[in-house]
Amino acid sequence: MRKLFRIRTKIDIKLYNALALGVFLLVLFLWTMLSAGGSISQIFLPSPQSVLIYLIHVFGSGQIWPDIGISAYRIFMGFVIAAVIGLPLGILAGTFNFAEALIQPLTEFIRYMPVPAFVPLIMVWFGIDESAKIALIFLGTLFQLIPMVADNVRAVPEDLLSAAYTLGAKRITVIMKVIIPAIAPRTMDTLRIMIGWAWTYLIVAELVAANSGLGYNILKAQRYLKTDAIFGGILIIGCLGLLTDRLFVLANRKLFPWAEGGK
Amino acid sequence: MFGRKKQAQTEADSVIEAHVANSKILVSNLRKAYVSKKRETVAIADVSIEILDNEFVSIVGPSGCGKSTLLRILAGLDEATGGTAILDDKLIDDPGADRGMVFQTYTLFPWLSVEENIHFGLKIKKIPKKQADEIVDHYLEVIKLTPFRKSYPKELSGGMQQRVAIARALANSPKVLLMDEPFGALDSQTKSEMQLLMRQIWQVDKPTVVFITHDIEEAVFLSTRVYVMSGQPSVIKANIPIYLSYKRSLEIKDTTEFIAYRHRITALLHDKEVDVEVES
Ligand SMILES: Nc1ncnc2c1ncn2[C@@H]1O[C@H](COP(=O)(O)OP(=O)(O)O)[C@@H](O)[C@H]1O
Ligand SMILES: [Mg+2]
Repeated sequence: MRKLFRIRTKIDIKLYNALALGVFLLVLFLWTMLSAGGSISQIFLPSPQSVLIYLIHVFGSGQIWPDIGISAYRIFMGFVIAAVIGLPLGILAGTFNFAEALIQPLTEFIRYMPVPAFVPLIMVWFGIDESAKIALIFLGTLFQLIPMVADNVRAVPEDLLSAAYTLGAKRITVIMKVIIPAIAPRTMDTLRIMIGWAWTYLIVAELVAANSGLGYNILKAQRYLKTDAIFGGILIIGCLGLLTDRLFVLANRKLFPWAEGGK
Repeated sequence: MFGRKKQAQTEADSVIEAHVANSKILVSNLRKAYVSKKRETVAIADVSIEILDNEFVSIVGPSGCGKSTLLRILAGLDEATGGTAILDDKLIDDPGADRGMVFQTYTLFPWLSVEENIHFGLKIKKIPKKQADEIVDHYLEVIKLTPFRKSYPKELSGGMQQRVAIARALANSPKVLLMDEPFGALDSQTKSEMQLLMRQIWQVDKPTVVFITHDIEEAVFLSTRVYVMSGQPSVIKANIPIYLSYKRSLEIKDTTEFIAYRHRITALLHDKEVDVEVES
């Protein structure tokens, strides 16, 4: 018992897993009790069974796949464009002080503007085209990505760069052969965090400016007060988010076996 | 970052004439001050040293006396505020492959295997693959890490990593090897092994080495000569040639001659009058 409260001390992995699973079961149990008790209407809190039935239905009939497909496409596009532009800018800002001056203060400024507030503007500019959703994801992630990548560059130990210079490396070699490989695993991790943000912004975009996708599906369910579909939709999005997250972790381990925790 | 004023060149010319033929490094009236808003920190007040070809010279001094700064200036990684540093008649103003460096921190490239790390400088020099492979094989042999050639740095102990760092620097065949407390982070057992290895490497190949340490025993064991630096102000206090046998083993540390050197340098560092004389 006392062992549990040792600061930063690992507990038995079996106990850890049991506790984690226990919390899930507890939440499920409370949910079942509340919805079955009859004190709360099905419209406010659908039972776990009805959500499960909904999920089986949409996956069984295959009607959810086009929504998942279009949402994944939007995420992928917005995220890739943000990465293609954000990575080089972040590396520049972390490497050269003048580039930092040009890029980072502006980025930090924009970063604190709430992205959902851009939705009306984006609708004026792009309508409710695919480009609107992609633009919102792009805006939401790019300005987070740049300072984080710049910080990754700054975290590369000075002595590592010094060592490269004393081995005859010139600046361009130091950037290409030292800085970029050095930040790679951490930057993969940064991208993992970014894709989490991307899912959030996707749903924001689809809730207000779409006629397809997982977010729109939830909105549609709301119109008919189909709370089981809302719950189901949220669960699907959560699971997809978790899936992409785990894929990034796995890729990181496989791609960078040399890093701490890599294999 | 590494640019340097033109006028320093004329200053340098007068010094070049004065130095003897086999001088490798000549440092004259070097000064380094860091200026911040509030005040000026003088890292090096006035340092002049000369390192001859094939010498193993250690610089000992208290923490913060400017040893690392001096070495970084020799490497071309930092700029001096005044004075000159010359390597083979050429003013040092840039880092380059002719001055290899080993750091106290672990600086192997973690994404490269042991052999790829040693290859790094050779690739930059565009040494033909076959020749480079031979050099790498040779130095893996020297540091006794051939079985670990494919390992990543994270799989190596601290001592092993430093051995690879030494091999990586030597493989480039630099004119001088600069070492900044390379064994400072190691346990005493490993440290002794590294000292022996380093001494053996020097006995065979005679690289010119400038070695920074605050470990007096280490300095005496490894060196042909020891500079003692003082902290306030940061200047060279003494220049002590070490006349011990050429082939050294760890047992030499227990001999009276060795201990006398140790005492003498300790006394100098602690600002006492030197009453222990060593003659050979
Ligand atoms: N970048 C820097 N800015 C300001 N002061 C510095 C900097 N680098 C070193 N110093 C100062 O210069 C002095 C010498 O430092 P250093 O050469 O690292 O000493 P040592 O290696 O002998 O311990 C110290 O007082 C240190 O605080
Ligand atoms: Mg130091």
